Amino acid sequence: MDKIREKMASWEESTLKRALSGSGERKDVFTTDSGIPVKNVYTPLDLEGMDYSHDLSFPGDYPYTRGVYPSMYRGRLWTMRQYAGFGTSEETNQRFRYLLDQGSTGLSVAFDLPTQLGYDSTDPLAEGSVGRVGVAVDTLRDMETIFQGIPLDKVSTSMTINATAPILLAMYIVVGEMQGVPQSQLTGTTQNDILKEFIARGTYIFPPEPSLRLTLDIIEYCFYHVPRWNTLNIAGYHIREAGATAVQELAFTLADAITYIEKAQERGLDVDDFAPRLSYSLGCYRDLFEEVAKFRAARRLFAKIMKERFGAKDPRSCLFRTFSGSCGSTLVSQQPINNIVRIAMHALMSILGGHQAIHTACWDEGYAIPSQDSATIALRTQQILAYESGLTSTIDPLGGSYYVEALTNEIENKTREYLEKIDSMGGMLTAIQDGYIQREIQESSVRFQQEVYSGEKVFVGVNKFEDTEKKTEDYDFFEVDPGVEDRQIAKVAQVKAERSSLKVEAALEALSGAVDRKENLMPFILEAVRSYATVGEICGLMREAWGEFKAPIYI
Amino acid sequence: MIEVSGRGFGGKLFTKQGPLNLTSLNAHWHKGSRNRKGASVERKIRVLLGKVGLDSHDRGIKIVARFLRDAGMEVIYIGLRTTVKELVSAAVQEDVDVVGLSFLAGDHMILVPKVLTGLKAKGKNDVLVVVGGIIPKKHMPDLLALGVAKVFLPGTPPTEIIECIQAHV
Repeated sequence: MDKIREKMASWEESTLKRALSGSGERKDVFTTDSGIPVKNVYTPLDLEGMDYSHDLSFPGDYPYTRGVYPSMYRGRLWTMRQYAGFGTSEETNQRFRYLLDQGSTGLSVAFDLPTQLGYDSTDPLAEGSVGRVGVAVDTLRDMETIFQGIPLDKVSTSMTINATAPILLAMYIVVGEMQGVPQSQLTGTTQNDILKEFIARGTYIFPPEPSLRLTLDIIEYCFYHVPRWNTLNIAGYHIREAGATAVQELAFTLADAITYIEKAQERGLDVDDFAPRLSYSLGCYRDLFEEVAKFRAARRLFAKIMKERFGAKDPRSCLFRTFSGSCGSTLVSQQPINNIVRIAMHALMSILGGHQAIHTACWDEGYAIPSQDSATIALRTQQILAYESGLTSTIDPLGGSYYVEALTNEIENKTREYLEKIDSMGGMLTAIQDGYIQREIQESSVRFQQEVYSGEKVFVGVNKFEDTEKKTEDYDFFEVDPGVEDRQIAKVAQVKAERSSLKVEAALEALSGAVDRKENLMPFILEAVRSYATVGEICGLMREAWGEFKAPIYI
Repeated sequence: MIEVSGRGFGGKLFTKQGPLNLTSLNAHWHKGSRNRKGASVERKIRVLLGKVGLDSHDRGIKIVARFLRDAGMEVIYIGLRTTVKELVSAAVQEDVDVVGLSFLAGDHMILVPKVLTGLKAKGKNDVLVVVGGIIPKKHMPDLLALGVAKVFLPGTPPTEIIECIQAHV
């Protein structure tokens, strides 16, 4: 090391000084996209004290820095998971059946905003939103339609649902029952990550405490009855999209995870009972090395937290299994075809980062409903990298890079500092209720935007290398068939006319009692959905008991 | 992953111009000129920003809020999922000069008319209503005909929003 130090000093004094004496460097300060200072060159000096076996080890071995599985992409490529939403339960059913005919085994359901926020399609607040960003689900009848002719023991279903997740999961379980598929055989995922809704994505309903109770009801219920269900996907992606830095994204995601795990332990569950069923998602921004270092640091830090803080013994509890997504806020509507290159970078950093599933955005999705062609390019981007590039031949190819290892250490340390600060504030729940997390994200979001406005942060085609004609793309929305809302309202009316109102009242009363008694609500929600109670009726009852959360606002 | 409603774009505002100089705009505002209504500029411009409807994408509107505040305006952002009624009564109570609405989920053609009718019904006839977010070009003439003063699309520099507000209030 001393030799390197000497050699470096003389290089700086002579070679480098001479070279810079003329024109200097392009900028005074170089940083990552999130603002971490970057040196001109990294050497073994930056990794002094690093212990290979302890800090990096081997793929599939603790602390999993190099990958969560021993063979990684040499054994099996990642899952190429694309996300889409459709208007009505009938259309969704047709689309799903088509996908299954094409050989798909995994389905992903997007729900419309009224369903996500617990309003019936008949609610005045739902006007204009019914079936717009996903499928409208009011009662069990809609879920029956979505999965008509689709055997639930043959598919796995991922549901992007949070505040109302217990209701939608209950409907899925009952549809399985109707098909003769016991709940113990169901496989799939509920996103169910309510904490990131409070700090980033925004579709929360109830205050944090009762919201967490619902999240935990799913974890607990599934542990006993739906053992193959992935109960919770803890997301950093949305936190990043809200404007957080890479370190904030990781810190807040892990702080959310810590909160869920502590709450589950408070219910008497052993960490190894439920942690193996938790999964994670992180975003891909612009800086390749920073993102790869973030993914590596995430695996290592998470494993340490699970082992040291929670005493996990099952190695599966320590695996930070992730899904990565292209951050849409890195895409632009000026010279939009260039987004294909940006998305390829997202796929590249995801692969170098060792994710289990990858989503690539469509180049035109910043302003239009992606065309079939652009959706195909998004998928082909992953396939080209998977099969043509040599990226998948060895595991963690950037491991050992002085820069990437130093950045991995730095991100881990900075994330730790944040976690300590959140702990000292009394935990993530307090930090969210006080608005601390929201403030931190807003400050980063403003800083990023200021740097874009000042030209310090370059977006090609936007604030540099602009099109001389200054063309702007038109914005386009999925034109929801205006009949969708009317048909959905009529459907709710029909279900209400056909159902036994006595049964509905009894089920809702029982649920109401359980809300007061602080019991696990899943069995009661199951009864309520069986009676064809609506999403709005079930949520209305909880709104009455718990109130709605008014988030602290910070600008 | 990327919600179709916001398409991950977040209603961000990209500048096509050089560095933003908020100080100069600020200075301009405090020079002592009089506004359209002849009122003294001692009173800061009061802006109410809101998201009506169920769309929860607010990265863009919060950025706008910060830039307007830094330009010397009094900014109230009343948060997600405000009802039209709540928004209108806030506009009345806070006696605002400007109402700014952000839409990224395609429900603007239903909600904007309701807000405008609500404001008129409460006698807020002179309030400047501006809209931002992902708005298809084909909807612009209708929004302007309804009484929206200006529609700001992603890519609008904050200076343009600030100048528009200062010119009209």
